[in-house]
Amino acid sequence: MPNSYTTIIGLEVHVQLATDSKLFCGCSTQFGAEPNTQTCPVCIGMPGSLPVMNRLAYDLSLKTAVALNCEIPEFTKWDRKQYYYPDLPKGYQISQFDLPMSASGYLEIHDEKDRFEPKRIRITRAHLEEDAGKSVHDEQSGTADSEIDLNRTGTPLLEIVSEPDMRSSDEARAYLSELKLLLTYLGVSDCNMQEGSLRVDANVNLHIDTDDGKIATPIVEIKNLNSFRAVERAIDYEAGRQFGIWQETGQKLGESPKQTRGWDDTAGITRGQRSKEESSDYRYFPDPDLVPIIVTPGQVQEVKDSLIELPADLRLRLTNELGLSAYDAEVLVNQGREVVDYFLKVVELCNDAKAACNWVTQEILRVLKEREITIGEFSITAVGLAGLVQAIAEKKLPKTRAKDAFELMMAEGIDIANAIERLGIEQVDESELESLCQELLDANPKIVADVQSGKHQAVGALIGQAKKKNPNVDPGRVREICLKLAQQG
Amino acid sequence: MSLVEHSACELLELLAKGDATSVEITRAYLDRIEAHDKQIGAFLHVDADAALKQAAEVDRRRQAGEALGKLAGMPVAVKDLLCDRDAPTTCASQMLKAFRPPYDSTVVAKLKAADAVLIGRTNMDEFAMGGSTENSSFQLTRNPWDHDRVPGGSSGGAAACVAADMAPLSVGTDTGGSIRQPAGLCGVVGLKPTYGRVSRFGLVAFASSLDQVGPLARSTKDAALLLEVLAGHDPQDATSLDTEVPQYSTSIDRPLEGLRLGVVREHFAEGLDGEVETAVRDAIGVYQSLGATVKEISLPHSKYAVATYYVIAPSEASSNLARFDGVHYGHRTDRAALLEELAAERKQLEAAGDQAAIDALDSSLVRMYRKSRAEGFGSEVKRRIMLGAYALSAGYYDAYYLKALKVRRLIRQDFDAAFEEVDLIAGPVTAQPAFKIGEMADDPLAMYLVDLYTVSANLAGLPGISVPCGISSTGLPIGLQLQARPLAEETLLRGAHMFEQATDWSNGRPPAQKKLRLPANHANKRE
Repeated sequence: MPNSYTTIIGLEVHVQLATDSKLFCGCSTQFGAEPNTQTCPVCIGMPGSLPVMNRLAYDLSLKTAVALNCEIPEFTKWDRKQYYYPDLPKGYQISQFDLPMSASGYLEIHDEKDRFEPKRIRITRAHLEEDAGKSVHDEQSGTADSEIDLNRTGTPLLEIVSEPDMRSSDEARAYLSELKLLLTYLGVSDCNMQEGSLRVDANVNLHIDTDDGKIATPIVEIKNLNSFRAVERAIDYEAGRQFGIWQETGQKLGESPKQTRGWDDTAGITRGQRSKEESSDYRYFPDPDLVPIIVTPGQVQEVKDSLIELPADLRLRLTNELGLSAYDAEVLVNQGREVVDYFLKVVELCNDAKAACNWVTQEILRVLKEREITIGEFSITAVGLAGLVQAIAEKKLPKTRAKDAFELMMAEGIDIANAIERLGIEQVDESELESLCQELLDANPKIVADVQSGKHQAVGALIGQAKKKNPNVDPGRVREICLKLAQQG
Repeated sequence: MSLVEHSACELLELLAKGDATSVEITRAYLDRIEAHDKQIGAFLHVDADAALKQAAEVDRRRQAGEALGKLAGMPVAVKDLLCDRDAPTTCASQMLKAFRPPYDSTVVAKLKAADAVLIGRTNMDEFAMGGSTENSSFQLTRNPWDHDRVPGGSSGGAAACVAADMAPLSVGTDTGGSIRQPAGLCGVVGLKPTYGRVSRFGLVAFASSLDQVGPLARSTKDAALLLEVLAGHDPQDATSLDTEVPQYSTSIDRPLEGLRLGVVREHFAEGLDGEVETAVRDAIGVYQSLGATVKEISLPHSKYAVATYYVIAPSEASSNLARFDGVHYGHRTDRAALLEELAAERKQLEAAGDQAAIDALDSSLVRMYRKSRAEGFGSEVKRRIMLGAYALSAGYYDAYYLKALKVRRLIRQDFDAAFEEVDLIAGPVTAQPAFKIGEMADDPLAMYLVDLYTVSANLAGLPGISVPCGISSTGLPIGLQLQARPLAEETLLRGAHMFEQATDWSNGRPPAQKKLRLPANHANKRE
């Protein structure tokens, strides 16, 4: 019988916090500047320099930890993680070791396609640390010289470590998406993976069912994961690879040291990495240059109270209070707070959540995607869209012309009244409509006869004719009136 | 009386009255350095032109009636580990031979803001590790009282230059006794302030939780004046204390009423030199005659102080000195030689067919680290880095570093309890007067015990002062140490000043100095 196995996944996520200045000095954290232009004696570890904590970075991480349902200890401190690497100018990284600023939280994940049951992923801890610099290896020149850019050195990172609670690449992706959404809602990070604002390492191993019970394979840490897609692919690849290795060697957890492998996105495989110029012993000890941080329960409560509505709560509100489907709520919330705010504003003005949702999810999101713009850059304001929805409800705008009006409003940046006028849409008077219908029925006695014999669909032919005579007529109304008159007839 | 024989306070008076100019004073000291420092070796760098220029500028501003700082025109020597922008800051190490910091330490910035004249950079044990200044990788410093003896350390140059009248004021640092011990051995006043009283920003760290900057001077009043300038909160140092700085030099004249003086039972144990014990006991007698009550106290954990210190200090040092790896800071080994060496090793291994050894061969980066650090650091620094790296290693951390932190807390608690009963604690600075150069070179452990009486104050974060209290039969100065509660520098200075006023020891001058030829053209105008 072939062995079945479960993939066990834990994720370590490094998030660059959205501060203007670095964690321990006043240098800018702006991405993309000329190498080594955003540095000072402190962040380049100049002899004699001393770090002083950036309070904002701590506040942002506290907010995040609270949103991740973490426990916040009253006492937290800084530790030095020591290793030699050219992009680490002090020879140690200031981080948090045994007393992190938060621990024991969780994040709820679900799948809109129901590929897995909603579940809670436990967060082991979230701690603050400074980033290292960047080594640029020049392979072209042939001298094998490396260059070092210290602009990034000292940038505040929040490392969020999950428990190994995920069981598939789908779950891993859902965790990352939900985490990214949460961080974006909180405004604590821009989560830009290309600029390194969000970095993921995955710890993967297998639990294999054997005749002798369940056994675990050695844990592998996968690095160099540059997109959520890469995370999914790497996990799937690694699961297969580990199963193959186990079949070959039978090696179990604890029988070999934790291995680090790098993901090669082009080749679609993981490769063993040469261990860094460091041992696994980081010789952590409390940084004597910094003072511990004391946080009172009152301060934590204050952060809890001031927390904005989080994505999970927002989804609930959209379904429970506004009657949206779970799917629609998901689509809206996943677009980020700005789109949701736009939507809520439209609803507030037109009082029709369903219609507003359809416009936003079907038309506006399509346009945003096509044009690669944000809702803030979109030319129809919430007020404008609400006007459109209302015009339809008030029958000032036939549904059949609604899309024309939308396109015109978008192209010209005009309001609905203008659009209606520009499109030459006029409301057709009820008596006018009735005489038009009567005219058509009179000209088509066969259709009248069909209707009378019960073939109601026969009036369909008249709707097209009515529209030819007057483009402003409402096809539904034409149908209703024609049926009524024919049956009377 | 020559200008260089005046106290700093007297010189400031002369300057204020117009009886001397800063250029005259600075030149007098520069001449003195020129004449005697070849023998003493207190200074690593003296930029006479820059000092005279600074002095002339202060004189000009004084002439123009501009507002001037507290030390306007006063020469001050600075230990060579406090960053001075664009000036050498070597820490007496080959490692930083070429280092020119692009910024000022807060202490140097404060001296500049006080319009002091920075007269020179003083010698020290490499990275402040040592108690004799013999660990300087550039030169020996000799004790002005006996040129065959050490000046103490690590601020040996800082103490010697004051003792030999080559600077009226000098700034040192004290991690385990490095101000008080050389002050004691050179017969000058040296004060280690409360941890956090003076900013450490720009002080090239030895042991961050113990390092503290402080003044050395010929009198307690001069030390008080310099401390006034150095002390104060610094937002650039997270461990700096945000409390007002008292006017130490003003309050110092007020004797302490009803002083309760503590004498530590454990201080008078085996190993204390008889003459030192007598001098210290006599000093305690002086206090009694001045109306102080003397109380015997116990610091039961003080016997663990040296052991605790030699776990904590090297641990922090091993981390603080990691940055000197040849990549960003410090000496870097010769590239061509390194690559040649590696290639030769590889060739040899290949010939032997030893694949395992070939695989284990250093990368050029790792070899660069190894060679740069091997070449750049002296043996005592290496010894402490190894000690510290060991104590912080996984599996040893709890037994060494963590245990040391716990004992450190107990030591502090001992002091807290003692200061419930007494205002000052009096005792020896060192067990013996200055020892001979080379005497302890082969015995690092004996050298570590030199810190016996001083390390506790660093571990507990307390202020301590060394004041001259006697001369041995061999003609060497003996120091009295006073310690006080955290932030009680005022009490400390007033207490030390009382003793100084009641005795003659602070007026002692190295005998060798009397034979020295003083510059003729710098006689005191008042004479």
